[in-house]
Amino acid sequence: MSNQPQCPECSQVLSLSDDTVEGEVIACPGCEAELEVIDTDPFELAVAPEMAEDWGE
Amino acid sequence: MNPVIGFFSGRVRVEEKLLLEAYAKRGVEVQRFTERNMTLRLDRLADDPRWSGAGAIRVFHDRGLAFGTAGPLLEALEASGVTCVNRAEVVATSGDKFRTSLALARAGVPQPETYWCTSAEDALRILDETLGYPAVLKPQVGSWGRLVARLDTRAAAEAVLESREVLGSFHHRTHYLQRMIAKPGRDLRVFVVGNEPIAAIYRTSDHWLTNTALGATTSACSVEGEVGELALRAAQAVGGGILAVDLVEDPERGLLVLEVNHSGEFRNSIEPTGVNIPGRMVDFVLQTAGEIGPARDATLRSSTSLPPIEATP
Repeated sequence: MSNQPQCPECSQVLSLSDDTVEGEVIACPGCEAELEVIDTDPFELAVAPEMAEDWGE
Repeated sequence: MNPVIGFFSGRVRVEEKLLLEAYAKRGVEVQRFTERNMTLRLDRLADDPRWSGAGAIRVFHDRGLAFGTAGPLLEALEASGVTCVNRAEVVATSGDKFRTSLALARAGVPQPETYWCTSAEDALRILDETLGYPAVLKPQVGSWGRLVARLDTRAAAEAVLESREVLGSFHHRTHYLQRMIAKPGRDLRVFVVGNEPIAAIYRTSDHWLTNTALGATTSACSVEGEVGELALRAAQAVGGGILAVDLVEDPERGLLVLEVNHSGEFRNSIEPTGVNIPGRMVDFVLQTAGEIGPARDATLRSSTSLPPIEATP
């Protein structure tokens, strides 16, 4: 499993730990974009969706 | 064989990671679903291999982030005979402040003086004649203190109400107004799991909103006595399950219930309370799974009052 995906915004190569799970949100150290982990095998990242009005606890 | 648990989440926060770790520690298989890609065939729900047949999901643990997505999904699962924690009805009630107020009133649980009206004109009349200023205007659906407005003056109320009616969606054309409580710089959050209040914290802030999402600090609070009892009554009023009940101390009326959360955040509550909150939540889901036996068929009890949909012959 590749643990070095690229940021979809700025193409920076990221190093993710093995305990990263699908759905987790990380910040790109290059452009500070919030990225959501779409898949972990291999790692796939997408720009995380903006907070929606109905989000909450 | 381990019970098969479905775990539904949107964005995976610290809470969801801790819950998934708790399942893993117990050697329990969890099948994950995300809000990002959820498709249901509504006219053939019971034929869905995800929850019919051997090894299918029997209990669904909802940690969804989007109220508008989790609600319909839970209803569909319950219609298929899957037990959900929390139940669809509980999520529908606790995710909506209007419905929560009705449920609390029905159960005789004390809450702040609350009004709902359908026009800015009526809202101003309630504010002028009854609630006074400051008062609190809340969105019917929402969390983390977002769009909650403290109306200090009539001018502020006019501006906020006009903005809501002009710029907001149809959800903002009704107004949920509450008396401002002169709380002592803090409120309380009580975690209820099944029939037990397991942990409680104070949330303290210099800001009038005491959400931890807005920077409030947390400290331990005892669940003994009225705190635990009132939280349990509030949790039961919305249907029970795994719930986080927010209480406020009114100098005149004592403890009141502010809201009940169906997917409560607890990352800042484990350390001050010393309670393994995710572990207790997961154990409750597993107990629920044990109650319904090893196999799923259409005769298993649904957690709704409606009969489950039969599989297509």
